Amino acid sequence: MEKDREHADGAHGLGRSRAALAAERLIEVVIRICGFSAIFFVFSIFLFVLLSGSDFIVHRLNVREFLFSTEWVPTSLSNKRYGTLALTVGTFSVTGLAMLIAVPFGLGAAIFVSEFTGGKTKEALKITIELLAAIPSVVWGFIGLVIMNPLIIELFDAPIGLNVLNGGILLGLMSVPIIVSIGEDAIKAVPDSYREASLAMGANRWQTVVHVLLPAARSGLLAAVLLGVGRAIGETIAVLMATGHAVQIPHSPLDSVRTLTATIASELGETSRGSDHYQALFTIGILLFALTFIVNLSADLMVRGFRGEQR
Amino acid sequence: MTPALPFCTTAVTRSSRRREGVVRGLLGIVTALLIIPLISILALLVKHGASALTLDFLLTSPAAGMTAGGIFPAIVGTLWLVGVSLAVAAPIGVLAAIYLNEYAGDNWGTRIVNLAIVNLAGVPSIVHALFGVGAFVLFLRLGTSILSASLTLAIMTLPVIIASTKEALAAVPMSFRQACWALGASRWQTIRHVVLPNSVQGILTGVILQVSRAAGETAPVMFTGAAFYLPFLPQSVNDQCMALSMHLFTLSTQVPGVPEPLPYATALVLLGLVMSVNVTSIVVRSYLRSRRKW
Repeated sequence: MEKDREHADGAHGLGRSRAALAAERLIEVVIRICGFSAIFFVFSIFLFVLLSGSDFIVHRLNVREFLFSTEWVPTSLSNKRYGTLALTVGTFSVTGLAMLIAVPFGLGAAIFVSEFTGGKTKEALKITIELLAAIPSVVWGFIGLVIMNPLIIELFDAPIGLNVLNGGILLGLMSVPIIVSIGEDAIKAVPDSYREASLAMGANRWQTVVHVLLPAARSGLLAAVLLGVGRAIGETIAVLMATGHAVQIPHSPLDSVRTLTATIASELGETSRGSDHYQALFTIGILLFALTFIVNLSADLMVRGFRGEQR
Repeated sequence: MTPALPFCTTAVTRSSRRREGVVRGLLGIVTALLIIPLISILALLVKHGASALTLDFLLTSPAAGMTAGGIFPAIVGTLWLVGVSLAVAAPIGVLAAIYLNEYAGDNWGTRIVNLAIVNLAGVPSIVHALFGVGAFVLFLRLGTSILSASLTLAIMTLPVIIASTKEALAAVPMSFRQACWALGASRWQTIRHVVLPNSVQGILTGVILQVSRAAGETAPVMFTGAAFYLPFLPQSVNDQCMALSMHLFTLSTQVPGVPEPLPYATALVLLGLVMSVNVTSIVVRSYLRSRRKW
């Protein structure tokens, strides 16, 4: 393929005007620039968020307090404290609960769609999952606020229904489509000869799934779960509306929490530009960027792994 | 699944088959449980919001401190944001996909580009918002405006366009390109006259999906250009605007005493917009698949 392309390049000059050739050069340069634009954007996101919080990070950030203190009191007059541990724990408790829901449901649905359905049913299910993914997060948040909130209060006799449970269920449902679609790809990528060999040995479909397909698609499925985790960590508006705004370490799923993302979203509008508080929020942004970067990077490496194995 | 063969009657085979049936049923239930929320959300929104959803609601401004009136400025604002972000993201995204599918070799540079795209897609929306504030609102001095918000949305939705365009380009068979090169056409001539005409509809489907993403986002526009309430419609990209997603957030969390049907109807309009855009893209896609000749 590469060789073909070089030949194609060699054919540049055949009877064409200089202007046409120059135009072609130009468009190819533009294409190249756009091709590399994603690198530029990721880099500038990191840079701008970092620079906006730089003064705070360099001069007043106490890394130990920032990461391991549970006291987030940015508006105190005498003693401002910027500890994000409670927010990080909030993020991970909601994400963890979301994964408890999304992983079994997502992988179950991925297996069902890939191995136990076919034709029209398969198409219909995939389209439905796609539509589930399209519901905007503010609509999920609204559902959490007006439907799940009273439901949780009634079912669990909780004082407030805006808590880890509410946010976890919403985030679970929001992460499921990613897990299903990536997971289904991973299972589909296992060669049919594996299935045929297993069935020929007398295994039924479920035994084939458990003993052949799942081990073969392992890294792809793990990548699917990681991408779901990334989605859940980064989700903002839905958790802002559904988890109840309480900066605390939760002791049960019925406790209210606040996540890293929700803190930025709810406080950025109230801070004055350039203040410590404002810059501390950008520092949280860097923390989030780093978290999701690591999660997505590992997912990408996993996907590469499973593609490599298939070859 | 497998046809019932006459000689498959040993106890082991039968119990194995029965167990497979049970698992199949369980997995089916799991999948069905995922569809139920979608349907019940739609049903609840329609049930509570339909009463407020009138032509008047769509075509008037909010009144009485947002506790009455309609959502016209929010709809107009969302159209502005989506339109401008599309105008920025579509060309960059399509050209980037052309680069990745038609020019890039299998080397470390391409790997880094792909990695950047994966990570760009994974950056939390609120971090995009922080970037929008730092880069567009403050550094480029665009202020909180439609332009700032749209640029933020454009960068956020770029991976959607790149991924779907790449898929559309990859669906054009290699033999088409080889035939064209064999006639002496250059790489760009081949792209312009063979690859793009054969994939343009697929590319459009991806562009449509970007619209649905951009219309639904709240966090990235919150601090970069969308306002809680504006008494006038935006006149240019330098104005602020209202947005449907933002309006739903405001109605349900910031304004006391909103009558129940109003946020429901707003959610219904937003969801209706996003869903119809998605359904359009799905219909176009399946039509294209059925018509493809190769």
